[in-house]
Amino acid sequence: MSFWEYANPVKFLKLSGTLLPYFSILAAITIISGIAWGFLFTPDDYKQGATVKILYVHVPSAFVAINAWFMMLVASIIWLIRRHHVSALAAKAAAPIGIAMTIIGLITGALWGQPMWGTWWEWDPKLTSFLILFLFYLGYIVLWAAVEDPDTAADLTSILCIVGSVFAVLSRYATVFWNQGLHQDASLSIDKEEHVADVFYYPLIVVMTGFVLLFITLVLLNTRSEIMKRRAGAIIARGKI
Amino acid sequence: MIALILRDLRIAIRAGGGFGLSLAFFFIIVIFFPFAIGSNLDLLSNVAPGVLWVGALLACLLSIERIFALDFEDGTLDLLVTSPLPLEGVVISKAFVHWLTTGLPLVCLTPFLGVLLGLQNSSVIFLIISLLFGTPALSIIGTFGAALTAGMKRGGLLLSILVLPLYIPTLIFGAEAARRGIEGFETQTSILLLLGVTLLSWAILPFAAASALKINLR
Repeated sequence: MSFWEYANPVKFLKLSGTLLPYFSILAAITIISGIAWGFLFTPDDYKQGATVKILYVHVPSAFVAINAWFMMLVASIIWLIRRHHVSALAAKAAAPIGIAMTIIGLITGALWGQPMWGTWWEWDPKLTSFLILFLFYLGYIVLWAAVEDPDTAADLTSILCIVGSVFAVLSRYATVFWNQGLHQDASLSIDKEEHVADVFYYPLIVVMTGFVLLFITLVLLNTRSEIMKRRAGAIIARGKI
Repeated sequence: MIALILRDLRIAIRAGGGFGLSLAFFFIIVIFFPFAIGSNLDLLSNVAPGVLWVGALLACLLSIERIFALDFEDGTLDLLVTSPLPLEGVVISKAFVHWLTTGLPLVCLTPFLGVLLGLQNSSVIFLIISLLFGTPALSIIGTFGAALTAGMKRGGLLLSILVLPLYIPTLIFGAEAARRGIEGFETQTSILLLLGVTLLSWAILPFAAASALKINLR
């Protein structure tokens, strides 16, 4: 038995159908317990006060937003090499979730930034690269929507995803370079991961696990509905003949 | 390949194939900025590198849709695919012609527009260098976008959403090089990075564009 067996839509539907309840329940438990732990049972930060708690939504959503793109990249490459339709549909299914997570990351970041940095927005490398990531997601989704033939759409978006990854990484480093050229404001871009104390760290890990599980649940769900949509389309097409 | 380059050049120049169009567009965009933000020359010379770079981006964007659209419609592209020339070569020559007819004239027009925006002669050189090194990247990235949307009826708006994010590194390094040069800082790093982006784009994008074209012609 190999992993590639689940490239068969029927087997994929069966497996994902049995896995889906577990993943969704686990995701709900970890997110709710992690956020409750973080919100209710951790002390306020001595400098930031209660606003530090937005961390429990901000960091996990940003984490998922970036890794959703990597998942799409891997799925696109698998599609181009092995032509498994499930893989292409999984990439398509992940894009809306990724863009939603990017938006959540940007908005929670703005809400956090306003009281802490005194500004909703700052052209800091991290913020800028997230905005750029948002643009890349947008282009990818728009291309999927624009091409009618599903196979052509899958091929073209896969190529866009690969090229986009190269340019997204380039943009990431370009923004670091660009910002240094403007001003040295290191106080704004402290690496959040490194400076977090253990009290905040453990609930954060729980919520991050929950967000990853949530992402898997949503991707499975979306992929299943894409497969069913494809089937419904085939049935309608057959009925017309 | 040379024959193809000559043919495309001839079409671009003779048949009014949008050769002057993007140039005129660039010119108009740049002279609209003083109307919008005021005629203060100090202010204008501060924003000049950014204005010229964004103008160049938009002018490129305007003309890339034509790279494959006409050839796709009349079937020339099918012939080119079956010809002994590899499709990557076709992409490279198309992108090169696009640069010759759009990027290079833009660079030549820059000194005059620099005067209009109140730039010193010594600063204009940095703008010319950064545009000269950066516009080839704009052409090949645009050709890739055009290849992706070759089969579509109304690809224009879609094309801009696809291509503009890919322009970000070029824009950042290019405008940064020009601005640093004008403010008197060292420019070597940003110019080298800009050149790096350009060369990387020319190295990888012909393959991506060729495979996108093959998919669209299937």
